[in-house]
Parts: sequence; C-alpha cells; structure tokens
Amino acid sequence: MSPTLLTVSYLGAAILFILSLGGLSNPESSRRGNLYGMIGMAIAVLATALGPQVSKAAYPWIIGAMLIGAVIGLYAARVVKMTQMPELVALMHSLVGLAAVLVGFATYIDPTASANFQGAEKTIHEVEIYIGVLIGAVTFSGSIIAFGKLSAKITGKPMLLPARHWINLAGLVAVIYCGGWFINSHSMEPLVIMTVIALLFGIHMVMAIGGADMPVVVSMLNSYSGWAAAATGFMLSNDLLIVTGALVGSSGAILSYIMCRAMNRNFVSVIAGGFGTEGGKPAAAGGEPAGDVQPVSAADTAELLRNAKNVIIVPGYGMAVAQAQHTVYEITKFLREKGVNVRFGIHPVAGRMPGHMNVLLAEAKVPYDIVQEMDEINGDFPDTDVAMVIGANDIVNPAAQEDPSSPIAGMPVLEVWKAKSSVVMKRSMASGYAGVDNPLFYKDNNRMLFGDAKKMLEEVHAALKT
Amino acid sequence: MPQLIAVPRETAPDEKRVATVPEVVEKLVKLGFRVAVQSGAGAAANFPDDAYRAAGAEIVEDIWASADIVFKVRAPSMAEVQRMRAGTTLVSFIWPAQNRELMQALAARNATVLAMDSVPRISRAQKLDALSSMANIAGYRAVIEAAHAFGRFFTGQITAAGKVPPAKVFVIGAGVAGLAAIGAASGLGAIVLANDTRPEVADQIKSLGGEYVPVDYVEEGSGVGGYAKVMSEGFQKAQAAVFARMAKEVDVIITTALIPGKPAPRLITADMVRSMRPGSVIVDLAAEQGGNCELTEPGQAVVKHGVTIIGYADLPSRLAKQSSTLYATNLLRLTEELCKAKDGRIVVNMDDEVIRGTTVVKDGSITWPPPPPKLSAAPPPKAAPPKAAAPKPHGEAAPPASARGTAVVFLIGAILFWLIGAYAPPAFIGHFTVFVLACFVGYMVIWNVTPALHTPLMSVTNAISSIIAIGALVQVAPFEVEPPGRPTGWIIGLAVLSIALVAINMFGGFAVTQRMLQMFRK
Repeated sequence: MSPTLLTVSYLGAAILFILSLGGLSNPESSRRGNLYGMIGMAIAVLATALGPQVSKAAYPWIIGAMLIGAVIGLYAARVVKMTQMPELVALMHSLVGLAAVLVGFATYIDPTASANFQGAEKTIHEVEIYIGVLIGAVTFSGSIIAFGKLSAKITGKPMLLPARHWINLAGLVAVIYCGGWFINSHSMEPLVIMTVIALLFGIHMVMAIGGADMPVVVSMLNSYSGWAAAATGFMLSNDLLIVTGALVGSSGAILSYIMCRAMNRNFVSVIAGGFGTEGGKPAAAGGEPAGDVQPVSAADTAELLRNAKNVIIVPGYGMAVAQAQHTVYEITKFLREKGVNVRFGIHPVAGRMPGHMNVLLAEAKVPYDIVQEMDEINGDFPDTDVAMVIGANDIVNPAAQEDPSSPIAGMPVLEVWKAKSSVVMKRSMASGYAGVDNPLFYKDNNRMLFGDAKKMLEEVHAALKT
Repeated sequence: MPQLIAVPRETAPDEKRVATVPEVVEKLVKLGFRVAVQSGAGAAANFPDDAYRAAGAEIVEDIWASADIVFKVRAPSMAEVQRMRAGTTLVSFIWPAQNRELMQALAARNATVLAMDSVPRISRAQKLDALSSMANIAGYRAVIEAAHAFGRFFTGQITAAGKVPPAKVFVIGAGVAGLAAIGAASGLGAIVLANDTRPEVADQIKSLGGEYVPVDYVEEGSGVGGYAKVMSEGFQKAQAAVFARMAKEVDVIITTALIPGKPAPRLITADMVRSMRPGSVIVDLAAEQGGNCELTEPGQAVVKHGVTIIGYADLPSRLAKQSSTLYATNLLRLTEELCKAKDGRIVVNMDDEVIRGTTVVKDGSITWPPPPPKLSAAPPPKAAPPKAAAPKPHGEAAPPASARGTAVVFLIGAILFWLIGAYAPPAFIGHFTVFVLACFVGYMVIWNVTPALHTPLMSVTNAISSIIAIGALVQVAPFEVEPPGRPTGWIIGLAVLSIALVAINMFGGFAVTQRMLQMFRK
C-alpha cells in the first residue's frame, strides 16, 4: 500500500470517527454511529498494517497481541453489569494511558524514530515524547484510582494530604525541571523520574476527589486519554492519531464542563478536591431546617401512587447501588397501564458518570421518551401529584435555591418540593455527599420511606398489585 | 451583659399597635435579652402592663435612656430620634425611599436600623416578612370595612321577605392583601372577581374562591421578587376598559395595586366611580401611596357620586391585637436571626442576605438600597431557556462574556499563534493545523450529543482513543532488515504489550457501547 493510499485511508477513518460521534446526537442514529466507529477503526488498523511502516516480520506479533486483547475485551464487555459501567470505563481509560506511556518509551529508545530530525525539530520531537508520556502516565494512574473508588475498592471519601496544593505545585516544578534536563541530555533518567512523578500526581489528584464528583473525574480522564493519543500522534507525525485524539479530548473536556455546570462549580475547584470538608460544619448549615420527618410505609406509598395522575421519578446513585432499576420499571409499567403518567427526571450529575441513570433505565427497558432531562421536566413539578425520589439527595435539595449560605447554593436542582407530595426513599437520615442537610425531608408534603431502595420498591410493587 | 430591648408607646395619632406582646416577651427573655416596655404601650391593643410584667418585662416610663435595641411599629418621629442613645439598634417600619430626612437623622445618631419594610422577598425570609402579615390583615379588614359601609348583605339569601342577590366584589391586585380580601369576601358569601397584572396568580385567586378576570393583552407582569411592575401603555388601556366594565357591574371594589418604590397606579378614574351604582363601596388600600382611585382621600372615608370611598391608611391598626401579635412574632423571628448564639446579644451579619437586605443604616452609615436579591421567589419563566444557557445564581450579574474579556482571549490566542508560527518547523505547523481544527470539530459535534447518551459517548470515545494502537503497530517491525543499533527486543516488547492493552480497549469499548445502545428503545 502506497503512502498516499495510507493517508487517504486515514482521512476516511477520521471522517468515520466524526460521523460516529455525530451519530450519538439521538438514540435512533446512535447504533449507526457506533458502527461507523468500528468501520473507521478497522480501516485505520488494516491500512496501517498493510502500509509501508509495517513489515511482514511484524504480523505474527500484531495478530497475536490483537487476538489476546480482543478476547479479553469482548469477554469484559459481555459480562459487565450496567451498574458497573463507570468502573469499566475508568479501567479502559487507564489502558489507553498506559499504552501512551509504552509507545512513548518505545519511540524514545528507537534511534531510527528521530534519525531524520535536526535542531528545532529534534527538540520538538523530544518535547512531544515527554508530553505524551506525561499525559499518558497521569491518565493511567488517575484512572486506576478512579476505578478503585468507583468499584468501592478504595474509599470514596476525598483523601486530603496536608499542603496538597503545594505537593502538586512541587510536582509540576519537578516535571518542568526534568523536561529541561531531558531535552539537554537526551538521557533516560529524567524521563523515568518524570513518569514516576506523573503517576504519583495522577494518584494524588483522584484520591483527593470525592465520590459525587466522579462524573467530572471520569469525563476528565476520558479527555486526558484523548490528549494522550493526540500527543502520541505528534510524536509519530501521524495525523489520524492527532485528529482522533483531539476529538476524544474535546469530547471529554465538554463533558467535564457540562458536569461542573450541573453542580454550579468550576472545574478547578472540583479538581482541587476536598468538597464538603472545607465548609467545616456539615449538616449544621444554619441549623434551620430541623424539624420532624414523616416516615411512610410501602403500602401507603403504593396508595399515593395509585391515586396520582402525574408521577415523576427522580433516581439517584442509591438506585444504582441497590440495582433497583428493574423494579422501578415494573412499577412504572403497572402505573402506566392504569393510565398514570409516569416520567423520569434525570439530573446531569445523578450517579457516578455522565448519563449513568439513562443507561440503567435503558437497561431496565424504560422507553427513553419518558426519561427527561432536568431542564425539560422542572417546570412540570407543580402539576405533579407524587414525586418519588429514589436514593438521591443533593440533586433535590431545595437549599440550593433557598439558602444562599448553603455550600450547594446556586446548583441547579430538580424541584421535587413543588410537587403536591413527594416520597424520598433513603436508607437513613444521613446527609448527602455535600454534607448538607436537606430541608426537603422536613417539608410538610414530603414523606420518607426508609430502607434499601430495591426491597422497598418491591414492597411497593406488591402493595400496588393487591 | 445581655442587651435591653425597649418597646416604646407608639406616638403616631390613631396608632393602636404595639411592637411586642407578652407571649413574645417570654421568648425574647429566653433568647437571653432583657425587655422593657413603656407603661401603657400595649393598652390600645388590649395588652395591659401587668401582662407584660408577668411575662418578664420591666415596665418603665423613660424608655429611650437605657435602650440597646428599640422595637417599634411606625417609623420614629424626629423627636423620638433625638431621644435615642447613640449606637442604638432600631427595628421598625422605615420606608427609606419616602423618608430620606429620617434616614439622615438616624445615621447622624450613629444608629443601626433594620427596616421591616425592606426584608428581602426570598423564601427563607418569609417568617419575618412583616409587610405580608400586615397586608394580610389589611385585606381582611378592607372587606369588613366595605361590608360595614355597604347597605346590603354580602351573601345571597332567599327569605320570606324576598330574594337578596349576593354582592359582587371586585379585587384589584392579588398580592397578599388582595388574596386575603378575596378569601374574606368569598367567606362572607359574595361573588368575588379579581384581576392582577401577573397572570400566574390566577390559580391562587381561584383557590380562594375568586374568579380571575383577565385583561386581554399579552404582557408578562412579574417584576423582580414577585412584585408587580409598571405595565406598557397598551396594556394600561386594555386594563382600563376591563375596569370600566367591572365598575358598572359590581357593588364593591377593593384596590390593592402597589408597585415598589413608585406612587400607586391610578386605576379607578372619576368616570368609573360615577358609573357605579349608588351605595357602592370602594376600599383603597393604596391610599397612603396616593391611592388607586382618583377620588380617594387618604385617611378618610368620603362619599362621592353616591359611592363611599374608604381611604383609611391604618387598617392593620384597626385590628390592633391581631396585627401586634403577628408583627411581634415577625420581630421575634428577626431577633432569632440576629442572635444565633442565644446569648442576649445581637450580631448584624451583613453577609447574611436577609439581614443585609433589612439593614438600612449600619453604625451610622446608610446601606440602603441593598444589592438586588439573588433569587426570585417567583417560579421561573414558563419558556424554559435552551439547555445551553448556563444556570447562574447571579441573574443579572453575569452578562454574556464582556467585550474586554473576549478581546483578551483573542489577544492571547494571537500571541500564541504568532509564537508558534515564528519558531516552529514547517512539519509541526501541518500537524498543529490538523490538531486545532480537529478540536473545533470535536467541540461542535459533541454539543449535539443528547445528555441521555453521555455514557455511550464516553465509552465510544474511549474505544476510538484505541487509535493509539496504530502508534504501536508502526513500531513493532518497520523494516524488513533490522538496522544496527536498534534495541529490537525492547521495542517489540513495549509495542506488543501496548497493542494487546489497546486491543482490549478497542474491542471491549465498541462491544460494550453496542450493548448499551441496543438497550435504548422507545
């Protein structure tokens, strides 16, 4: 295959990737989008393999490695539960990060890779290697920690080292110093030292971020894995890698931005970590909402639902933890057959990754046209008879609108308290991730249904059927 | 040393209210304060001195001398201001916009003044919103005054002596006072019609038994903080037509239309009054601000063209016991906000939005008007903003990125581009161009992705980032004959490992995305 043919194949692949992302604009076209992505990837890999840069000697290696990876990947994709999607995605980001590091090192030790470069070009080439390895290493270790946190292998609480901002700053200075050293000496040591620092930095950064900020972290790592690919593209002078890396990178960056906006926080404060601890006095914000909560039984909840005309269900991470999405749909189906208008209101940061709730509800076969975004559904709460909150807390906290001194003031929330009545399913009265008490629980028209979401919903379902 | 709250007798003529009641005195004492009441302060509202004494207050005559905090109903007179000790905290109605001289005088006394008419209209401050509690009473009393002046029953009756038609009451303005009037009038059995420039209150009118009379002209009438705003000329014309029609039809008109900081709008003209049936009644709750009716005489009840026009400005005071109790409770809630430590000392925390809004003079410097409130108590406009509009808590505070900000961004961009253009080798520029354009393409494409598909988006972009595999592919064995000096073993090891890792990602990513997308169905 000639170099020009290779370039054209890459162009085709890049177009297919763009179409692939464009296809996700709605569920109808999304499957086709994914198909475009697969075709694009196949073209890119085949064209490279047949191209001038790969000799026949490489084929056994390539095919062997591909087969091993394919088997593991397909197996993982088949067995993963939908509630585990955030973990899987985080883990996969780490693979891309690691690959970027390995490719960077391989390029460095390959004398033929930089044989043609002189002067400024050589410096740029080395900077590219350096940056590629840097981003790759941060992505790798950060994703591993995110995976640990999401799968509860590591505590979800932010780990805050003393003077952590200074540690990060010192790391940055050291990385820049090593960069200068690397370019002047062309030796391996600064590259290795920098890799170690970057790995530690990735660990430290994600350790300091708490559970509910995970949607931001996951999408940020997604972005990093893209930039790592783009940096590798610069390193190898490969335009397809650059284009694809930039697409993925900007996609992740936009998702991070959307998630931050949904929490009314800026990106830096999320990444700096430690939310909810700096306020100093959790659950005591004004001490104002203290009052009595009104517990309710599953049977009474069923009664409320049966007499309602309009119901909005607001799921949160609690639903994912309890794996209650199927039971939720059973109830939804039952009520919809009775003519009750049941819909779902999804907050952008509900769950642990962007769109987490949508995937869970889709898995339970909830039709996507009754699953609505916060902005679409917020105006409908006043006409709603029952708003049912399943394992969510901060995203339905009226303090965000009513109490300017609240740590979550200004965060857009689902206005469930405007419904005629609301039922909150929760395991206990513990406050949410932000450590803010929720005045919703004490409102006159709110009832609390304590217990495991799945068990309670099954009881509600049973009570509905009788 | 606990601070002394002093409650003087009201000196305004015909003012029967008092700023605290025995029940509340007990609670103030519990908060750690000492309370002194001027003798006879509560007499007009039927709270004798003994009742205050029993609740734990001292009864004194010279109330101003030792006071740290003064609770009053009406704004103090100049004479009273002169008697205040320097540094006293005053809590009362002030109306700072109308009483500039008083504000100056208070500032000169180095006072701190909390104006009960300036409590911000946010949900958290409702419990200390004295305007609402007074308006509620005024609305109720307006109906009672109207019924008193009106020569017939409000309710319809069929008696042995003949049939009595129900009275028709038209309420203009469905704020707190208007709604209270609607409730009271329909409670008496009248047919109640009501109008308001804010169409969203129609449901509240209905819920109290009234019927909403719309003005057939499309204009949104809600201003900041749930108050009404000045309407356009076209609207006013359409509104006048409705009012003229109603004037001929109804027996009682109760007007409550006020716009904050502006004279009351003239809604009922002399012609409309003339067109009303003799014996009809108009109660003008806006009399103090100039009146909604052209013929209103503030403070008086007059009969003009056979119509009784009541312009009393002291309706709450006519229910002195009730209004004193509610007002005292409002003050108690304010005191609780001021004294979170419950140690009998107040702290005027200017960082608290409610306290900030209420405080009009702080330690001798005028702090009125306050910055605009952050949140409106009113529901958001019906037309939901497109999802790209960033929800910002500071409504007006953030105009679209200022021209200067944009210019700075462009300037920095230009400098960066110049640096790259000046120093980078040509090969790099080619890649750089591709990179920057791809970033923009990604930006445009991703904004179109529906939020419901964010998880599949992440997994598909993750799968696509496996493109890094081709970086490893070209490293395995690019040459038929290995050039000397190339550490082949190491490179193959690293590259093959990368390929395997990335292949996991590639196949796994696309497969799991496909699995997820299969689930999305209508």
